[in-house]
Amino acid sequence: MSLQAENLGWSTGGQAIVAGVTLAERPGETLGLIGPNGSGKSTLLKLLAGIRKPTTGSISLEGRPFSALSQRQIGQRIALVEQQSDTGDRITVRDAVELGRTPWLSALHPFSAEDEAVVTGALADVDMQDFATRHWHTLSGGERQRVHIARALAQQPQVLLLDEPTNHLDVHHQLSILSLVASLPITSIIALHDLNQALECDRLALIERGRLLCVGSPEEVLTPTRLRNTFAVHGSYLSDPSDGSRILKLERVI
Amino acid sequence: MIETVLNRAQTFRYLRWPWLWIALPVLLAALIAGASIGETRIPLDIIFQVLANKLFNADYPVGRIDSGIVWNYRVSRAIVAGCCGAALALAGLVLQALLRNALADPYLLGISAGASTGAVAVAVAGLGAGAVSLSAGAFAGAALAFVLVAALARAAGGGPGLQAAGVIVLAGIAGSQLFNALTAFVIAKSANAEQARGIMFWMLGNLSGVRWDDVWLAVPATVAGVAACLWHIRALDAFTFGADSAAALGIAVRRVQVLLIGMAALTTAVMVSMVGSIGFVGLVIPHAMRFIVGVRHPRLVPASALAGAVFLIGSDILSRVIIPGQVLPIGVITALVGAPAFALILLRGRVGR
Repeated sequence: MSLQAENLGWSTGGQAIVAGVTLAERPGETLGLIGPNGSGKSTLLKLLAGIRKPTTGSISLEGRPFSALSQRQIGQRIALVEQQSDTGDRITVRDAVELGRTPWLSALHPFSAEDEAVVTGALADVDMQDFATRHWHTLSGGERQRVHIARALAQQPQVLLLDEPTNHLDVHHQLSILSLVASLPITSIIALHDLNQALECDRLALIERGRLLCVGSPEEVLTPTRLRNTFAVHGSYLSDPSDGSRILKLERVI
Repeated sequence: MIETVLNRAQTFRYLRWPWLWIALPVLLAALIAGASIGETRIPLDIIFQVLANKLFNADYPVGRIDSGIVWNYRVSRAIVAGCCGAALALAGLVLQALLRNALADPYLLGISAGASTGAVAVAVAGLGAGAVSLSAGAFAGAALAFVLVAALARAAGGGPGLQAAGVIVLAGIAGSQLFNALTAFVIAKSANAEQARGIMFWMLGNLSGVRWDDVWLAVPATVAGVAACLWHIRALDAFTFGADSAAALGIAVRRVQVLLIGMAALTTAVMVSMVGSIGFVGLVIPHAMRFIVGVRHPRLVPASALAGAVFLIGSDILSRVIIPGQVLPIGVITALVGAPAFALILLRGRVGR
């Protein structure tokens, strides 16, 4: 399953939020999306999820342009975990995850035992099976985030888009969500702020002011020069004496 | 063969609430109550004889006056009341779900204000020179108001999602104010005291003029509204986390919004043109049902339609019998009974949280 964006742009009020992004996702990879605040990461993810229509350019999935797919067909293939989405309704955790089955159901295809099993599996994937009957408003921010991810998994997508999914999580759950995403046999694009977490992605895409600066392996993208120019930080690589893995040490450039 | 039966049973289980088996008897009981209770005491066996005569061509000897009261007056009225209740409750439910606004109700979009203006223009200002009925005027006014509000909301723009929902609520408020002012203007300019009182009575809701002609309009409108909501149960659920989330779940947001909000506006306009503006039902019935059956629409849609129908049939019965010799506007009853009942549900719901 490959997702391709061609010269993608989106502007509002005369301001280009995303401009000229050309990006080809490789099947099965985890692509990290990095960039400073307001660089257009969230908007790019919304465009790729098909919930905003691009002002310029086009997106295609397995060679078929989005314009030839119905919203429902896109929903069966691509899932998005938004950065902030909340509800005032008194729904349970299980209800919230069941919503992920929406693109597979219709008035003539009601909820079946199979759907039930998918929902149970998704809850177990994010370690929330014991919370199934809890009400949404009793959950902490991190628990809500895990439920959102479970809902996206319940969509059984081939492409998973995540907008800063580790934002509200404690460090244990940050790592378990990231390793879950990495272990999934599907393609994922994940917007991240933590550059050390970004190092774990297969490839990184660096965005600045709506434009794609470069795409490549983490070493290629996160060079000291780019860290200085884009993030205004000084970065140096250290290696962990226990296993030799790299750690990025960051300092503010004054 | 056995497998299909088992599959059926499974499907049924996932509906979780065999609502049809509850809804039909309850609705029937309410309709029979509506036919039996009134100012003129008619024994229950006569009621059933009249119904049997009319529905199954039975041949019981029943007085013409009794027969007329039961069939032409009460039965038609109870059916229209039920339709109004179901349609208004669903209109409220749809707007609350799609606009993500707990305060949304069918009158928010300026529909009842427009209907009042239309009714006043016909009844007081003499628009149409007697060729146009009050109902037709009200429907035209309601439709005009909704078109204006929708056009304003569209012109004011806003992308999908919360922003657009906020814009249509604001446009509705502006529209309501405009049409209420127009109504007041026409009344102040042309109405005499008698007319002003009549209009006031109409605005609070009144089923006295309802006959069988109205049934043939109310029933199809309500059935269409219920069917549209049932067909879009999953879509309504998908809006739980907002319009963007619904889109990500594969819902064609714009199409669903246009279709369901348009349907809500249309059914409301039909109801208001027949019985005046009955407040409270569209706002409160869906909220009350959320406390009782939960927030998922597969249960909420049928429960709200049923509760709205039964509530309005009951309110109509009360409005006929509470003051001997006089019919109260039904809007007075819905608010007087509904507000305390809703307060009770609110308080009980708090304990459960």
